[in-house]
Parts: sequence; structure tokens; C-alpha cells
Amino acid sequence: MKFLQKKFDSVKHHFEKGGKWEKFHPIYEGHRTIFFAPDLVTGKKGAQIKDGNDLKRMMFTVIIAMIPCLLFGMWNVGHQHYLATGVDATLLDKFLIGAIRTVPIIAVSYGVGLFTEFVFCVVRQHPVEEGFLVSGLLIPLVMPPTIPLWQVGMATVFAVIIGKEVFGGTGMNILNVALLARAFLYFAYPSQISGDVWTYLGETPAVDGFSGATILAYGAEAAAANTDMMQMVAGHWSAGMFDFWNMFMGIMPGSIGETSTLMCLIGAVILIATGVGSWKIILSVFVGAFAMGSLFNLTGGNSFLQMPAHYHLVIGGLAFGAVFMATDPVSAAHTELGKWIYGFLIGVLTVLIRVVNPAYPEGIMLAILFMNVFAPLIDFYVVEANKKRRLKRATV
Amino acid sequence: MSQTIKLNKGFNINLAGKAENKISQTDQPETFAIKPAEFNHLTMAKMLVNEGDNVKAGTPIFFEKTMEDVVFCAPVSGEIAEIKRGEKRKVMEVRILADKEVEFQKSKTYSTSDISNLDRETAQGVLTKGGVWPNIVQRPYGCVANPTDTPKAIFISAFDSNPQAPDYGFIFEGCEQYFQAGVNALKKFTTGKIHLNTNLNTEVSPLFAKAENVEHNKISGMHPAGNVGVQIHHIDPINKGELVWTIAPQGVIEIGKLLLDGVYDTAKLVAVTGSQIENPSYVKTYSGACLNKLIAGNVKAGDNRFISGNVLTGESVGEDGYLSFYHQQVTVIPEGKYEELFGWITPSTKKLSFHKAFGLLSFLGGSNKEYVLDTNQHGEHRNFVMTGAFEKVLPMDILPNYLFKAILAEDFDDMEALGIYELVEEDVALCEFIDVSKHNLQEILREGIQLIKHG
Repeated sequence: MKFLQKKFDSVKHHFEKGGKWEKFHPIYEGHRTIFFAPDLVTGKKGAQIKDGNDLKRMMFTVIIAMIPCLLFGMWNVGHQHYLATGVDATLLDKFLIGAIRTVPIIAVSYGVGLFTEFVFCVVRQHPVEEGFLVSGLLIPLVMPPTIPLWQVGMATVFAVIIGKEVFGGTGMNILNVALLARAFLYFAYPSQISGDVWTYLGETPAVDGFSGATILAYGAEAAAANTDMMQMVAGHWSAGMFDFWNMFMGIMPGSIGETSTLMCLIGAVILIATGVGSWKIILSVFVGAFAMGSLFNLTGGNSFLQMPAHYHLVIGGLAFGAVFMATDPVSAAHTELGKWIYGFLIGVLTVLIRVVNPAYPEGIMLAILFMNVFAPLIDFYVVEANKKRRLKRATV
Repeated sequence: MSQTIKLNKGFNINLAGKAENKISQTDQPETFAIKPAEFNHLTMAKMLVNEGDNVKAGTPIFFEKTMEDVVFCAPVSGEIAEIKRGEKRKVMEVRILADKEVEFQKSKTYSTSDISNLDRETAQGVLTKGGVWPNIVQRPYGCVANPTDTPKAIFISAFDSNPQAPDYGFIFEGCEQYFQAGVNALKKFTTGKIHLNTNLNTEVSPLFAKAENVEHNKISGMHPAGNVGVQIHHIDPINKGELVWTIAPQGVIEIGKLLLDGVYDTAKLVAVTGSQIENPSYVKTYSGACLNKLIAGNVKAGDNRFISGNVLTGESVGEDGYLSFYHQQVTVIPEGKYEELFGWITPSTKKLSFHKAFGLLSFLGGSNKEYVLDTNQHGEHRNFVMTGAFEKVLPMDILPNYLFKAILAEDFDDMEALGIYELVEEDVALCEFIDVSKHNLQEILREGIQLIKHG
């Protein structure tokens, strides 16, 4: 510890005012505070003691909550690969091939994202903030395993700059940074993030009858052709893949980290127990999706509309979005009542987009981004109500 | 109608070093001070004495330009040792070298029946000239009340829920008569009620329980249940254009002493607390005492912070600093100027936290565990990120996040609409403590109040 402190101290003067690397002070400070919680003390007047929590710890808690999704996702990428190519493989093999696909994506996301952050910190002279710690891992988890690395890099740069830094950094963004990265790719390079991209095949040919379609794709197809979706699902090349419990476990093709509802729920438990994520948002997203799904069940129309409502909770990225994206405190509603409304509408919109809009097979991304934009409006009315209560009190 | 109010929100900070209910003998400090700067919104203190003058306890020292009637008096007798001035010759601190025996300036005494027959004007004259007036604090703004106003009600909080707070039942023992006299005098100033708010969960000392001429309300809950602002919000909230006064029991007693005994007697028991104090207990002294003698021989070695007041709302004044006019507590805690290897993530049961983020295990300790906290900030300043936390420690129908942002944006309409009139610094002290982004929220609020008062 002393050694590290001395090392930092020995270069400190270069980064201070008048030093040769004065401009890079935020970078120096950013690195030092990774190793050492800073020696800052409370001010002369006011609270003389402070809570042990800070933004670094809070953000790191989210990362811990994502680890189950990440590990399961790595395995699942490998598992889907061997399943599609018809090769028997051990757990380790599956995990290895998953890691080979996933780790570079994570490395690119963090590398490019942090570099972009550092550039902004130096230019704008603001401290290195912790927000990207979370975004940097969220981005890979919502990417398909086949995504080209350069696209990951481009999307990350776009999301960090347009999504966050132009507004003033962590805490000032309007949209969820990681979802913005995905949305960027979705509209800029649709062919690499939709269609048959969810299973990594590599050079190996797929087994006969293989189809990389997700259940959402089946649904969209059935709705368009007016065929029976559940019958198509039942005839899937890999029997049982789209059974409810199998999908709950997440053993199906999809984005790297978002297939497993179970792992997302483990993450949710961590976030809720630590108070970092809002349980109100998580719960209301699920409730909203289930309510909308049930409503469609009642109205009927085509076989996708009639898909059992609880299926909506375990397919696509709903669970992952509800737990890790919708709960982003900055882009979500800030008021407690607003959080209920915000979450519920995300759930409703997700199912609406999934089922009714044939152009977008998965709705969670757009639903959250859409509600990010609307969150200030929801809050506005909640805040106005608070003001009105105060005014009303005066006239009583 | 008496009210019983149960509050569910809040957070008790249970710290080591609470004062034991006993009085320790100490030498009286050599110097005392009165600090014009600590009275909010005093624009210009006009001095009535010069360095070298001899004063008695109760001799007027200065008055405020905008409220000429209200004089601020010497707490002890002695010689004006120094008038410390800051920028633009603004008076910062008036130091008095105290006599061995305090000599009081005598004024007219009133019997209990005299007090009930007093008219408001006479009472106003006595209180403003007698030095006790600054004890009366007005809301909104949290500044010394203007004697010409008539508040809709007066509020007295009969308990302090702050960390290591003094036990009011103990320190005011035997002051029943003075307290009642003070209440009776205050009654002249309002057409409304005097609310006396006691703690539902503890035994109420007879001083408060037997007080007459007041509305008895019961409050239960964690800190900040004892904050008078929180109580006002639930009992009779302040709306735009309305005015209430607040006063601490010590102030009421000082009024009583002035009327019954004819002296400005600020003698008080001060709780000497904090984990760096060997034997936390009470000491007897006067308003504005220098800390050094009060804690002499009772402080553990180390780099310490000496605080007038408590750890949430106090002020670091140094070992030779002075007790604030409104404070009845001295706290000494260790300084926290150190770096901690991976301190932002290592698990700890010692770091007290309202939150339960990864590794913050203090919640496992239960509510009886006492913590030793230092002044380390545990993190750097950041933009607001977390939402929904401040609301949990502010038991009022107020949206703190939005209010703070309105203040930072200097949006006057929003500040007003979001309830700034109902708050003073102490009410957001817990928000400041739990803020993961480490804002100085009390300072921000004070700036907002300044803006809205002075534009």
C-alpha cells in the first residue's frame, strides 16, 4: 500500500497545476481513486460525518448483480454453438468458446468507452465518473455473440458521446447509455443485429433443419402468415427449446447476457437487497408486460396475440431490460410514484411493440428508450401534484 | 387539539461517546465569544462596545441594522478582549475575557402574576433589550425573528433526536418555573398556539409534561423526528406568506430567568460527546464558551475534529473555538484524512451506512450497535445519480431532489412551490449524510434560502 501511494505521490506534481501534464489531472485522479478511497474530509460546517456509500460502490454493486447473467451467457453462447453444429462438448468446452466470443466484445466495449470518457474528462476537465463501469458491461450483454467488434466500438463511442457526454456526463444523460449503443447498431447496421445472428456457428456447418430464429421471430412470422405459432414452436429443430421452463432458464439463442430470466432474477435480488435498483420499476415492468399480454389473450386475433401472457416474461430481453436497464436511476423516473407508471408502461409497450409491430420483433429496447424520454414528463406531473398539495393546504 | 404523530421515515445514527447523565467539574473558560456571523441573515452588526470596555453579563454588545430593537448581549462579565473583523470590516467574533465570578446586569423583575398581566409591547421591550430575543427563530428562513411580526404559532421541540444529543430531561431538571414563565411571556406574541412537542417513546420530564398554556403534541419516530421543522410540517405547516416562530427549551428558560430574576443568564449544561472524549458527560458553562477548558484532560490523543454542536449540523471550530449561541453540545471525533486501499469496495461492518450496497454491512449490527465515525467523506463529489433515497430520511411531503435542483438552477418559482419555506439546514442534514454523490446539501439549501430572501 505504501509503495503504491509513493508511486502515485512521485508523479503527482506533474499532474498538479503548473505541472507538465496538468491537463491530465482527471486521469491521474481517476486512477488513484481506483486504488485508494480518497483522503477527502467533510467541510467545516454541516454534516461532519458521511455515509460509507459512494457512487463507485453503488455502480460496482450493479456489476456484481450482472455477473450471473454474464457467466451464464458465456456458457449459453458455447452451448448454442455446439447444439447447432451437432457436436458433443463438455461444460468447459462450451464455456471456453463462449468466452472466446464474449471477452473480446467486453474488452472492446470497456477499452473504447473508457478511452472516450478519458478524452472528455481531459477536454472538459471533469473527474472520471463511474457511470461507464456499468454501461461498459451492459453493452456486451445486449449484443448478439456474432457482432463484429468494430461495430461494438462504434456503438460504444456513439453512446458515450451522444448519449452521455454531450449532456454533461454521468447523471445528466436522458437515455440509457447501453441501450443507445444497441439502438445505434439496430438502425445503422440492422443486418448484424437482427435475423440469424443469435447463434454463433463459426466455420462449422449447422445441423440439418437448423434455424437460428428466436421465439419472437416465430411469433412475427405466424402473425404475418396467420399460422399457428405454438405449432411452429413445437416443431422447432431442437425439441423443447421454447418450452416455458427452458426459456425461463434461458437455454436458447439470444443476446449474450439476456436470455436467462433466472439469472436476471438473481441479479434483481441483489439489486433490490442492496437498494441499488428500484423494486418498484422491476416489478411494474413485469406486471405491465403480463397485463398487456393477458389483454391480447382476451382480444385474440392471431396466434401471436394468443401466446400465453406469461411467455412474454421469459422471452426476449424483457427480464434483462427490466432489471438492469429500466432501473438506471438517471434515465428512469425520479419520483417514487413516477417509477410505478414508468415501469408499467415499459412492460405494456414492450409487448405492444413485440406483438403488433412486425418491423421490430423485440420491443424492450425501444420501450425503455421511449419511456426514458417520457420519464421527465411523468415526473413533471408527479412534481406538479406535490406542488398543488402544498398550495391547496394554504387555502384550506 | 393535541396531536400524536408517528413518523416512519428517518435514520438514527448511533454513535459511540454519548454523554452520561452526570455533571463533570471543569474550570470555566477564560474567554467567551459571540459571533454575529452565526445568526442567519444578519446583514450588518453595529457595535455598541469597543475593545477594552468592561461589560457585565447582559450588556448589549451589538445590534442589527435592520432590527435596531434587538440587542445581542454579553453572556458573561469581563473585558472586551478583541473584536475580530473580516472582509469589509464585517464583525466576525467578539471575544470577552471573562471575570472569575460572573456579574450580571440587573433589570426589573416580574412575578408570575406580573407576567400574565404584561402587555405585548412591554414584553417585547423586555425580551429584545434583555438579550434573549435571538433565541427566537423565525420560519421561513431560519433567522432571528422580527419582534414586530405576529407568528401564527410558536413551536418548541422538547427533544433532540440528533446523534449523541443531550438529554433534555436531564439538562433542564429543576427549571420548571423558568420554563413556564418563558412560555407565558411567549404567549403574548402569537394569536395562535404554542406547540410543545415531546417524544412519544420516552418518558417525558415533568418540566414539559406539566407545562401549561401550551398544546402538547406527541411525536414518535427516528431522527429527524426531533427537528422542529419536521414537527411543524405535520402539525401546522407553513404556507406562503405565513410565519411561525421556533425556540429551543434553553431559550424559553433564558426568557424565564430574565423575567423572574431580572438577569440575562445563559448558564447551561453542555453535553461533551464523541468517540474521542474519554468520559462523555455534561459540563456547566455559559453561551459562547471557549471549548478548550470544557474538554481539557478529557480528549483522546490523535488528530481530532472539535465540533460545536452535533455531527450532523455542527461546525468544526477547532480546540480553541467557541460554542455557538444555539448549541448545547460539543463533539470531538477523529479526523479522517487518510487514503484507504480499495476502500470503495472492501466490505466493512464499521462504516455506518443508510444504504446496503455491496460490502456495506452495518445494517447487520442492529440498532443498538454504536459506531465510531471519522470525518472521511468516503468518496468524491459527483452529479446526482441515486433517486428515491433522500425521501426516506426526510419525513415531509417534499421532493428533496427536485428542490435541490431548483436551488442549483436558481429557479425561484420552483423553490417556493417545492417547499423551501418549510426547511432549514438541519432538516436536510440526514440527506447530506446519506448522499452517495457527496453534495453539501445544507450549504445548497442555505444558498437557496438566501436567494429567496434577498433575491
